[in-house]
Amino acid sequence: MSTPTALLFRAQEKRRSTRTRSLKAWYRNPSLVAGLIVVGALVLVAVLAPVIAPFDPVKQDLQNSLLAPGGAHVLGTDKYGRDVLSRLIWGAQVDLRIGFMAVLIPFVFGSVVGALAGYFGGWFDSIVMQIVDIFFAFPFYVMVIVLVFVLGAGEVSIYLAISAISWVAYAKIVRGEVLVAKKQDYIVAARLGGMSHGRVIVRHIGPNVMSQAIIYAMSDIVLDIMAIVTLGYLGLGVAPPTAEWGSMILDGQEFITTQWQQATIPGLVIVVTSLGLSWIGDGLSDLLSPERRK
Amino acid sequence: MTTSAVLRVSNISKSYHVPSPILSKLQPGARQRGSLTALDGIDLELRAGEILALVGESGSGKSTLAKILVGSVEASAGKLDYRGRPVPAKRSRDATRRIQMVFQDPYSSLNPRITVGAILGELLRLHKIVPRNQVRAESIRLLNLVGMEEDALDAYPSQFSGGQRQRIAIARAIAVRPDVLIADEPVSALDVSVQATILELFTTLRADLGLSILFVAHNLAVVQHLSQRVAVMYLGRIVEVAETAELFANPRHPYTRALIDSIPRMSESSVNLELVLEGEPPSPYDIPGGCRFHPRCPVAVSACREIDPALTAIAGDHQSACLLANELPPFYSATTS
Amino acid sequence: MTTPVPLLSVNNLSLGVVRSGHRPTMIVDDVSFAVAKGERFGIVGESGSGKSLTLRAIAGLLPVGVDVLSGSVSYEGRDLLSTPLAARRRLMGPEIAMVFQEPMTALNPVIRVGDQIAEGPRRHLGLSRAAAMALAIEMMAKTGIPDPAKRARAFPHELSGGLRQRIMIAMALSCRPKLLLCDEPTTALDVTVQHQVLRLLEQLCDDFDAALIFVTHDLAVVNQTCDNLAVMYAGHIVESGPVKDVFRDPRHPYTRGLLDSAPDFDQPDRELVPIPGFPPNLADRPPGCAFAPRCSHAQSGCLVASPPLVPLAPGRSAACFESDSIFRRVPA
Repeated sequence: MSTPTALLFRAQEKRRSTRTRSLKAWYRNPSLVAGLIVVGALVLVAVLAPVIAPFDPVKQDLQNSLLAPGGAHVLGTDKYGRDVLSRLIWGAQVDLRIGFMAVLIPFVFGSVVGALAGYFGGWFDSIVMQIVDIFFAFPFYVMVIVLVFVLGAGEVSIYLAISAISWVAYAKIVRGEVLVAKKQDYIVAARLGGMSHGRVIVRHIGPNVMSQAIIYAMSDIVLDIMAIVTLGYLGLGVAPPTAEWGSMILDGQEFITTQWQQATIPGLVIVVTSLGLSWIGDGLSDLLSPERRK
Repeated sequence: MTTSAVLRVSNISKSYHVPSPILSKLQPGARQRGSLTALDGIDLELRAGEILALVGESGSGKSTLAKILVGSVEASAGKLDYRGRPVPAKRSRDATRRIQMVFQDPYSSLNPRITVGAILGELLRLHKIVPRNQVRAESIRLLNLVGMEEDALDAYPSQFSGGQRQRIAIARAIAVRPDVLIADEPVSALDVSVQATILELFTTLRADLGLSILFVAHNLAVVQHLSQRVAVMYLGRIVEVAETAELFANPRHPYTRALIDSIPRMSESSVNLELVLEGEPPSPYDIPGGCRFHPRCPVAVSACREIDPALTAIAGDHQSACLLANELPPFYSATTS
Repeated sequence: MTTPVPLLSVNNLSLGVVRSGHRPTMIVDDVSFAVAKGERFGIVGESGSGKSLTLRAIAGLLPVGVDVLSGSVSYEGRDLLSTPLAARRRLMGPEIAMVFQEPMTALNPVIRVGDQIAEGPRRHLGLSRAAAMALAIEMMAKTGIPDPAKRARAFPHELSGGLRQRIMIAMALSCRPKLLLCDEPTTALDVTVQHQVLRLLEQLCDDFDAALIFVTHDLAVVNQTCDNLAVMYAGHIVESGPVKDVFRDPRHPYTRGLLDSAPDFDQPDRELVPIPGFPPNLADRPPGCAFAPRCSHAQSGCLVASPPLVPLAPGRSAACFESDSIFRRVPA
């Protein structure tokens, strides 16, 4: 018994092959790759706007208003004679920036609140969930429009309004995931290892619960861009004359019968952006979904 | 008998209050679910350097007791002593360290997002088990101790089989140098051929590290193989405690006898064709009065309906909670061929 | 053994997962066995051995993605695999019935258990609602359920695990099948209840003269329940024969390994000898005997060719080149 059999066979117990690698190669995921290409291209366009935009997006040229596509103005000009292509390129900067920012704040805030509520439960959890339920009872757009109306139009108001409302979704998602994760034995084991609650939440629960929230964030960016566009369309968005896709649609729609591209092309760009982001979301959900047991 | 106890459990109880659904309150005669009694006055000691098996069927409370011992569940009443000193409800980091646990399900007990090396390293650093520059060497030593190689350090738990995961979980439990290991059915999720290696490992840990181990199990053949003493639980009570050989040769509680006779046998000659026990364990919501085993007991007398027998010593180290403990006929394990 | 025409015979059955562009992953590979009328046949193996899928192939309940690649399952002389689905469904119940491991998921949670038992007899035996319910209550009484008339009105979640498994057995036997397929029926049960359910299964199979195919990982349960057994490893049958002969004198190193690694209540002092290593990865199977990498008897030939299942003695076969030199390390 001095050499237990368990140890004798140690050499043979080689680790299982790469079949069960925890993360599949991301580049083998077609929707993630397609999404990254589309969104990457858009971000590149937004960053390079000062370089690649052929004209100043806000400079009016009333003599050359409502030019048809072609010539120097590839996509024509709007009613103030501004180059549509340049406005589209500069608009990418504004819309993508607001979209990402308006997701970042609620993502962080909602995840923290949801994680604490799910982990500790009790009265804090009850209060948070009551608030979440109240927020979910109202339509998103109505709330955003009301808040922006109260705060006044502008980029900061949009951040504030969207953040104030959409954090509840992250709180709810993360809380649900934490409720599942905290019942796992590895969390009990971490506590038995003498680790503090904070350490358990950040290091042991966090990585296991964030994937759903990240996936949701991708579709949330789409939703936020739509909200900005809608606000722009209602005249509550970014103050004119800043180029922004929603206000471009608004401006273009009066000429829909004669100059259809004025409203349609920004619309198409929005669709492509949304598609790219949802592909990323799809790909991430494939990639990040927790490994199930064999 | 009193000095060598590492852990002593005195009169520990645990009940859960289960609110009855509102609709069933409106319905007259509906079953009232007041409180669930998981543990009802448990007295037990774990002695230094022994493997004590805790056996019982589902609902007997054995897992609840294990959780109370490690402190992840709080007892409703009773007292827990560690080496003669009471363990407070809020344990210090050091008190937590001394009593570690190995879980039943090696898939749920390892964090899928943390490498094996990080799991062990975090504990070693947090408890300052070794100087920081020796953490890796100590991790490797721990892995070797449980029969695994150094290359496991950089792997994620999903890259291992169930048996290997259980080894890693054991390495994690012993990383903080505990005195006591609580193992909650650690082999019941594993294949037969792997079980044997893990059982060997527990034997080695006891011999080489001097660990005292409480081994919760439902498989009596495993228990008989591994442990020095056995405690049998039924519906939140311990009904019999004895040294392993004594318990299986001379069981002094009818429930223990039924359990032994229910074990599926490997030898042709000892296949048991008798139906040993009628019925199933009653619900812990509604524990029978008198002796809680009497509705299923083949030898119950009228007194058993009235008196709730306490666990009492009948000979030396052998305790039983049966009124008829000394009157039971000699036991011959069923061997009808 | 003595019946010339078996009730059920599985011939060269192979099951696998087919993916375009890949070789199919073989989960069950060339499995053959026969079960006589009234025989109790055990299939033993560890997780991943293919034992449950073999049983499911007989019942026609293969999960999506797993296909029959070749072979036949012949029941009373007719090939089940080529039988149209509708005709096959008519066999399930009056001819072949199945008991699952986890009764909670196999029973419909929103239908009273009495109605669930009565459904089979109504459809297959053409009984009226009242007659079928009477039969259901009678079957429940036969499976030892106390107060069956009252329990018939219960929903599955209102019953304990043991009672639910009895309901499953009552349901399976209600149309008096000639073959009962059991997939680890007692694994989820407590020891004392397992004992009751095993006794019940045996007794009812005798009463109804039904044959039993019993899939389990527990050697002791097979020893208590079955006449003959097949041991499966990595999709192959590696040994088969009468239970008592195989236990006394295993002729395949894997069977021997299983017997030596399991604790035996009757031999508490016997040392447990684990089997080293792992089962092979089915998707990437090396040539040769699947057990060779874990086998202490393996010769160079074992790594080249896979040994066929060959008869050794009447009723016994093993798939090992070295079967003559295999004996129990720890004699029983």
